[in-house]
Amino acid sequence: MDKNMVTNARELTNTEFFYGHKACAGCGGSLAVRLALKVLGQNSFVSLPPNCMSAVGFLFPQISFVTNAIIAPFAANAAVLSGIEAGAKALGLKDHHVVGFAGDGGTADIGIQALSGAIDRGDRIIYICYDNEAYMNTGIQQSGLTPYGARTTTSPAGKNLPGSIKMKKNMFEIVAAHGISYAATASIGYPEDYLKKVSKAAQCESTSYIHVMAPCCTGWGFPGERTIEIAKEAVDCGLWFLAEYENEKFTLNRKPSSFSPVKEYLMKQGRFRHLGDDDISIIERHRDHKWEKMLKNWDS
Amino acid sequence: MRMAGRKIFISGDEAVAEAVRLVSPHVISAYPITPQTVAVERISDFVEDGSLQAEYIHVESEHSAMSAALGAAAVGARTFTATSSQGLLYMAEVLPYVSGARFPIVMMNANRALAVPWALLSDHRDSLSQLDSGWIQVYCEDAQETLDMIIQAYRVAEDERVMTPMMVNLDGFVLTHTYELVELPDQAALKSFLPDYSTDNKMDLDVPKSVCLAAMNHYMEYMMKQELDMRNVESIIEETDREYGDMFGRSYGGMIEQYMCDGADAVLVTLGSVTGTARVVVDSMRSEGYKVGLVKLRFMRPFPKAEIIEIGSKVKAIGVVDKDISVGYEGIVFTNVNSALSDLDRVPQRLNFIAGLGGRNVSKAHIRDMYMQLLEVAEGKEKEKIQFVNARCEYNG
Ligand SMILES: Cc1ncc(C[n+]2csc(CCOP(=O)(O)OP(=O)(O)O)c2C)c(N)n1
Ligand code: SF4
Ligand SMILES: [Mg+2]
Repeated sequence: MDKNMVTNARELTNTEFFYGHKACAGCGGSLAVRLALKVLGQNSFVSLPPNCMSAVGFLFPQISFVTNAIIAPFAANAAVLSGIEAGAKALGLKDHHVVGFAGDGGTADIGIQALSGAIDRGDRIIYICYDNEAYMNTGIQQSGLTPYGARTTTSPAGKNLPGSIKMKKNMFEIVAAHGISYAATASIGYPEDYLKKVSKAAQCESTSYIHVMAPCCTGWGFPGERTIEIAKEAVDCGLWFLAEYENEKFTLNRKPSSFSPVKEYLMKQGRFRHLGDDDISIIERHRDHKWEKMLKNWDS
Repeated sequence: MRMAGRKIFISGDEAVAEAVRLVSPHVISAYPITPQTVAVERISDFVEDGSLQAEYIHVESEHSAMSAALGAAAVGARTFTATSSQGLLYMAEVLPYVSGARFPIVMMNANRALAVPWALLSDHRDSLSQLDSGWIQVYCEDAQETLDMIIQAYRVAEDERVMTPMMVNLDGFVLTHTYELVELPDQAALKSFLPDYSTDNKMDLDVPKSVCLAAMNHYMEYMMKQELDMRNVESIIEETDREYGDMFGRSYGGMIEQYMCDGADAVLVTLGSVTGTARVVVDSMRSEGYKVGLVKLRFMRPFPKAEIIEIGSKVKAIGVVDKDISVGYEGIVFTNVNSALSDLDRVPQRLNFIAGLGGRNVSKAHIRDMYMQLLEVAEGKEKEKIQFVNARCEYNG
């Protein structure tokens, strides 16, 4: 194990590896990148496909990554990571991390094939999906991880439709179904948990995957100072969950004794404000069904 | 000094694999597609038996094949990939990425027709559709040239004045699956011809950097630099070919090869394996007293403009054999040749022969007919400018 590696929040240093970028104030995704790199450190090769984080981080000549970094083709972040790892191995490089940050679209939609290939091969890469539940960089369009009822620019809410009419694609379990050595979900609202998971992923000898909820104030419609609060609440109301998959077992890391009100979480966000009680109860029923299965089948 | 090598009887695909073993890339990532498959199968054998020390990545698509090669090249590894037809088009998004990032990836492309309709046999529409991708493109006539060009490709691409990826094309089946005696260069001599790859254009743990950037306000300058550097590639290709010839006894004439062009009234311009057939026709027609010659176009990018102009200035008629068509216009090679010729005060007569689409046979008789027509237009006769050769239906052009 890399002895300089941070394993908890107390050991975090002030050294920054992603700063000076042009993300919106209060951007959840930039926090996910910043925190993970504080754990992984200077010897990281970072790859990002087109998304908000690469758009705000690579504007020549104002480069925001202190580590090595590359923009990958949109569909192929995982393949670029695999190539970096293979090249580094063949050249005899040691003590480095190969880490990717892709959005929900870059992971669950266009990038899922390359991701599946990399996990299948067991390439030693850390793949972090920062989930802001839509294609934000292109102006808030619906992705495979946009939840039911969310208004996006391609799933407008109107007389006939409540916004998105589908639930989130189940990326965490899709990844786990590959038999990956380590996968986890996290939220930037629970940074200690996230940091711990990043350092676990970094010690993994083969592919690891972290799916971190990273609210987007601009696309979700809430003031930038509430990002952490919203990210916490997503977990507390049960619409997101903190879990791990390792040794072929699922474990719930946080089991709320009761959920905070879903309606409160939704009504804080412009993208859900049009929802009526019927739609909210569809969302609650789906949440309850999901939790029933998780509590029954997973360790906690 | 000329170093003789071992001779073995192999196919074009196997010649690619032998060349790859000789240049020993760090990383190979490839996805199978007929008729490239035998090349990647042999390379896999070499990795398995330890005669090739490389990381072989079993990618799940061509898009990932080129992306993984990009990632490996981005840390300074020598990389190789191979594809054909649909596979080349599937990786198309990543081609300008690689050339823009100035990574010297070498790729073999087994030329094959594009679907639909489906056809497994060879034409050039796959690679010619990627002329504007910023890659150097060479076309080979036989397995020996293919082996030699894979080796030369690394030397050219990795030259710090070039730093541009290169696509080595060979006709599917006609070359990939036919056997010939191929001489392998001496391994020790090869080491001095092709030194280990090293570059500053990479992500580096000691000197961290960002690569494949967004350069919104500098895009124009990036592209200009790419074009200006590409203009110098021609002389580097020629010097590499000469040096290779001095060391291993084989050189190919650089950008083009002129065959029996001295005193010719009419020449045909060909790409790839059809050149071999045309040589035979030229020989027999010359013995009959016809003043015909052959121009083997070896590189399509950079384009040998000066050479084409020089030939155009001394002949009366030029025919271009296109194993492709840009639907709605004419053959793609023809367009390129024409644009070079337009610099001449007196442009020779030109005919475009669309031939061999989907692997349709181009026989000696067809080529002879092309020459006869060229000799007629050289004398002032009118002929249809764009013709389909050996098509089974009438063309009312
Ligand atoms: C092949 C290709 N298709 C589409 C795009 C346009 N595009 C760029 S970024 C982006 C959205 C990315 O969404 P996501 O992965 O969720 O990241 P976010 O922007 O939300 O951070 C899209 C659609 C592209 N760059 N490349
Ligand atoms: S739009 Fe959203 S994800 Fe993109 S930079 Fe702004 S807050 Fe971050
Ligand atoms: Mg997104």
